[in-house]
Amino acid sequence: MIEILIHGRGGQGGVKASLALASAASKAGKYVQSFPEFGVERRGAPIKAFTRISDDPIVVRSKIYNPDHVVVLDPTLLHSIDVTEGLKEGGWIIINTEKSPDSFTEFAKRFKVATVNATKIAVDNNLGSKAAPIVNTAILGAIIRVLNVASKEDLEKGIKEFVPVKAEANIKAAYEAYDQVKLGKEA
Amino acid sequence: MKHDDKDIKIKGASDMPEMPASLGSMAHNKTASWRNLKPVIDESKCIKCFICWKFCPDAAIDFIDENTPPKINYDYCKGCGICAHECPVKCIEMVEEER
Amino acid sequence: MKKVILGDHAVSYGALLSRVQTIAAYPITPQTLIVERLSEMTANGELKAIFTKVESEHSAMASTIGSSASGARAFTATSAQGLALMHEMLHWAAGARLPIVMANVNRAMAPGWTIWTDQNDSLSARDVGWMQIYCQDNQEVLDSIILGYKVSEQVNLPTMVILDAFVLSHTAEGVDVPDIEDVDKFLPPYKPEIKMDINDPRSFGALTSPDVYMEFRYKMQQAMDKAKEVIVEEGKKFGDMFGRKYGLVEEYKTEDADTILIASATVASTAKAVIDEMREAGLKVGLLRIRVFRPFPTEEVIRVLNGRKKVVVIDRNISFGKTGIFFDEVKGAFYNSEGNKPPMFGYIAGLGGRDVTPKVIKEIMEDAIKKDKPESEILWKGVKL
Ligand code: SF4
Ligand code: SF4
Repeated sequence: MIEILIHGRGGQGGVKASLALASAASKAGKYVQSFPEFGVERRGAPIKAFTRISDDPIVVRSKIYNPDHVVVLDPTLLHSIDVTEGLKEGGWIIINTEKSPDSFTEFAKRFKVATVNATKIAVDNNLGSKAAPIVNTAILGAIIRVLNVASKEDLEKGIKEFVPVKAEANIKAAYEAYDQVKLGKEA
Repeated sequence: MKHDDKDIKIKGASDMPEMPASLGSMAHNKTASWRNLKPVIDESKCIKCFICWKFCPDAAIDFIDENTPPKINYDYCKGCGICAHECPVKCIEMVEEER
Repeated sequence: MKKVILGDHAVSYGALLSRVQTIAAYPITPQTLIVERLSEMTANGELKAIFTKVESEHSAMASTIGSSASGARAFTATSAQGLALMHEMLHWAAGARLPIVMANVNRAMAPGWTIWTDQNDSLSARDVGWMQIYCQDNQEVLDSIILGYKVSEQVNLPTMVILDAFVLSHTAEGVDVPDIEDVDKFLPPYKPEIKMDINDPRSFGALTSPDVYMEFRYKMQQAMDKAKEVIVEEGKKFGDMFGRKYGLVEEYKTEDADTILIASATVASTAKAVIDEMREAGLKVGLLRIRVFRPFPTEEVIRVLNGRKKVVVIDRNISFGKTGIFFDEVKGAFYNSEGNKPPMFGYIAGLGGRDVTPKVIKEIMEDAIKKDKPESEILWKGVKL
């Protein structure tokens, strides 16, 4: 079973990203679970979204405390929370940033880092506004490329299901991120 | 589970319906037996306002037509006296039932 | 067709596939998504039903009672304070013997104000005469709505299908959504024996004298007894048709177990991972999941527990002044039974949505295994002193 934790801010679409990812993985026969941090989501406040993907039925229904991988939707979160909290050693940290993976030397000691400029991709595709780009679909392309948890075709279906508005632009953004994501050295 | 007999006798749970509903229409429940005072309309004084008809809690007063005084259905009238109380010209008298 | 859907939407699909004819509901977190989706389904014509917006949960149930009494397949959903507000009407629905199905999202009662899960809302409605089904996953939620109508319409008692707030209501997972034509074969249209009908006038719910009131109560209990058989029968038939069988309880690795854990809802689901882990370490442990709480599976509980070394009950609820409610009920079921009565440990955990993780469950099991008998009737797990 793979457990993925998405860090984002309320309004960025982290929960939708988790749903679309789960849906994409389920298309290939995987068992999936996707849920937000339970409570009240406030725009701008840090949020978490959880995804489990497994070959066997998933019975555990508690939150994910020790994710295999984490995704950071908003680079400013790196300064306000510890995104590696509970992260299993050797796990991927996929970050939306213009920086290259090599610039995260501290993370690279125990984890693997991948980066993608999802913000630019979102803005280029007119997803959200310049001030508040919706980066959730772009990051999905990076996630499936790095973690290999779903095919591009299945991701397309997942996005259509959970992000039906501007589906084509969202899919294009995901594909661009798929191609542009930079993978750091294996730790 | 429809009973049309006038006289329904229940032994116990086995011949009762599942839900607390009457076994048939309440038309079977002739409430006249509750009455000890009987309303009698003096048709000569009746102004056909039909206030009694509106007020009867058991719908025991029948409307015939606009030009005819209403008729009390003595099978169901329970003798509450509301009609007599409400009648604006006091033409309904509550008379003692014959025993 | 497999769809990744939230627990709330599994409820909506269950109602859609059951071809419910009326929905009257008042929104309350975390149930809102259920009726939101149903209102969409009725608005776009996918579901031919009358959707009534009401001003409170009391009215929601009152309206549902009215439509059910007139012969419609009626549905509603609520949670927590909403369920409490409709409490009077819950008695009315059961006493009038109406086969209503309602989803209740298990949410803890306020104050302190909360939107997270525990079972005190539905368990406060224990004695109203509704059947209660506690679900462990979204698939079971969808299936239990359909099964609910199938059973309710045979025994003339309402069913409450219960799912944990957020842990199911707002969690998406793969759910097999059956074809409506197949569901039609399983669940025929509702044909009540008695209904409000101008061609067969009756009076409903009129004054009931001491002469007959008790007989109506006796009949409700008989219906509950019969429901135990019907739930098992229909659960089997459902399994034959859809590949998923349901009963009153679910046994997991109980066969040779010395210690049996009793749990319900999603705690029972998570517990399976703990049972697996402890089994791998060589411990003979098993799980008895109580799926149906009303009617209570007394015979099954006795059969499974008889002769075991220890019984551990986890309650995500509490009856103040007594103990955890499942613990109390399991103990009560056992008192007049023959044979060996193992010591029972009653833990309270996860109130107000505190996460019941595999670690929490494992610690509970280890605590019980190392003790001869419980030091008190309530063992609080994780309360900070
Ligand atoms: S006495 Fe009462 S029941 Fe009889 S007709 Fe008058 S109002 Fe109706
Ligand atoms: S209330 Fe009196 S006056 Fe009016 S219709 Fe009745 S009997 Fe006649």
